[in-house]
Amino acid sequence: MANTSSTHDVKVLGAWPSPFVIRARIALNIKSVEYEFLAETPGSKSQLLLQSNPVHKKIPVLIHRGKPIAESLVIVQYIDEVWSSGPSILPSDPYDRAIARFWAAYVDDKFFPSLRPIKSAQGEEKAALVKQVNEGLVLLEEAFQKSSKGKAFFGGDRIGYLDVAFGSMLGWLRATEKMGEVKLLDEAKTPGLVQWAESFCADGAVKGLIPDTEKIVEFAKLIAARMKGSGSS
Amino acid sequence: MAEVKLFRTWSSPFPLRIVWALEVKGIEYEMIYEDLSNKSSMLLQYNPVYKKVPVLLHKGKPISESLVILEYIEETWKSKTPSLLPEDPYQRAMARFGAKFGEDKILPLIWEAFIKQGKEQEEALVAVHGNMKYLEVELRGKKFLGGDAVGFADLAFGWLANLVSVFEEVTGVTFIDCEKFPLLLTWMQNFMDAPKIRDTWPPRDKLITKFRALRETLIAKEPK
Repeated sequence: MANTSSTHDVKVLGAWPSPFVIRARIALNIKSVEYEFLAETPGSKSQLLLQSNPVHKKIPVLIHRGKPIAESLVIVQYIDEVWSSGPSILPSDPYDRAIARFWAAYVDDKFFPSLRPIKSAQGEEKAALVKQVNEGLVLLEEAFQKSSKGKAFFGGDRIGYLDVAFGSMLGWLRATEKMGEVKLLDEAKTPGLVQWAESFCADGAVKGLIPDTEKIVEFAKLIAARMKGSGSS
Repeated sequence: MAEVKLFRTWSSPFPLRIVWALEVKGIEYEMIYEDLSNKSSMLLQYNPVYKKVPVLLHKGKPISESLVILEYIEETWKSKTPSLLPEDPYQRAMARFGAKFGEDKILPLIWEAFIKQGKEQEEALVAVHGNMKYLEVELRGKKFLGGDAVGFADLAFGWLANLVSVFEEVTGVTFIDCEKFPLLLTWMQNFMDAPKIRDTWPPRDKLITKFRALRETLIAKEPK
């Protein structure tokens, strides 16, 4: 299949640490779409970003033929629909699509927010947060078993919507384990997900996009220091 | 036995979105009313993750989360017009973006303005107005967010059409100013009166009683 779009037809405004940005890039890779990656400087927002996403002023933004699209899962669905001749990202059956969308929303609304506070939490509070994340992982393990039907990914033989939505979080998941000195993804509790995580990170569309755990840990420390330094109440 | 069942409460705006989608598309369904203080074992079985309404049951299979359900309805009953989402991928993305913006920004800010008082309420209203500008701009030259007919984004924002005036009555505060938001107010009226939508609204007096009591309870709980 000839890819007729020029590199400049498709741009992604983003930054390497953001799991939401990673989603957009994986989706474009699945479709073999070339794109220009415009990296935002951490701590500042470019004019282009402010113009392209005036409502939220956040990354990622996909700019296709000059038109901006924001919100990572909206972007992934857009990519799936525009480059419809490439491998499908969402499943074809409406019920399977609903399940994939449900769990992707769960990752955003419940799972990722439950992960963030662990790295700086202590004692009882930390134990409670870890318990919450573990419960979430058990739910996602169940969802994986049902969705994968014995194959490697939530999407079956190939990575799909929920793989992208959840897999994009793996860098931060591992970094949280390191910073919080806690094991979250555990072969004993969620064996399917442990295997899946390896397969996902090794996938051709994903390779190189999930940042090294150490890099994220350093980045998280930088952000924490910057926030302390800004002295906001 | 009905092929399509919808678990709802009498007042919650989220299942109401599904009622609208099913009514607008002329899909037959059965309503099952839940009392959230005494959830049925069916609800707990069908939505174990959130234990909330709405849940759509189609041929025995449950789907939860209202925006997910709307997409499911659109994709399953493809031949039933009107379409809730446009054909063009960019327009579809804009509709989905709008719906998410409503959930993530507008809804929590209006709720904040409703349950707070004094300075906190004022600040919340400032934020509401800042974000409502998006809708005022989107409505230029259009009767509905979906264009000539009600669409995905209208169903997502539809709760504004009745609940804003309920909140205004309970708090005695204007949330949406007719001078600043003429298009939005016109849209709210158009949506309120739209065919298939107009007969679905929960009784206003009951809503006022309910939300008045809820606000009082929440304010009483606030740390002094």
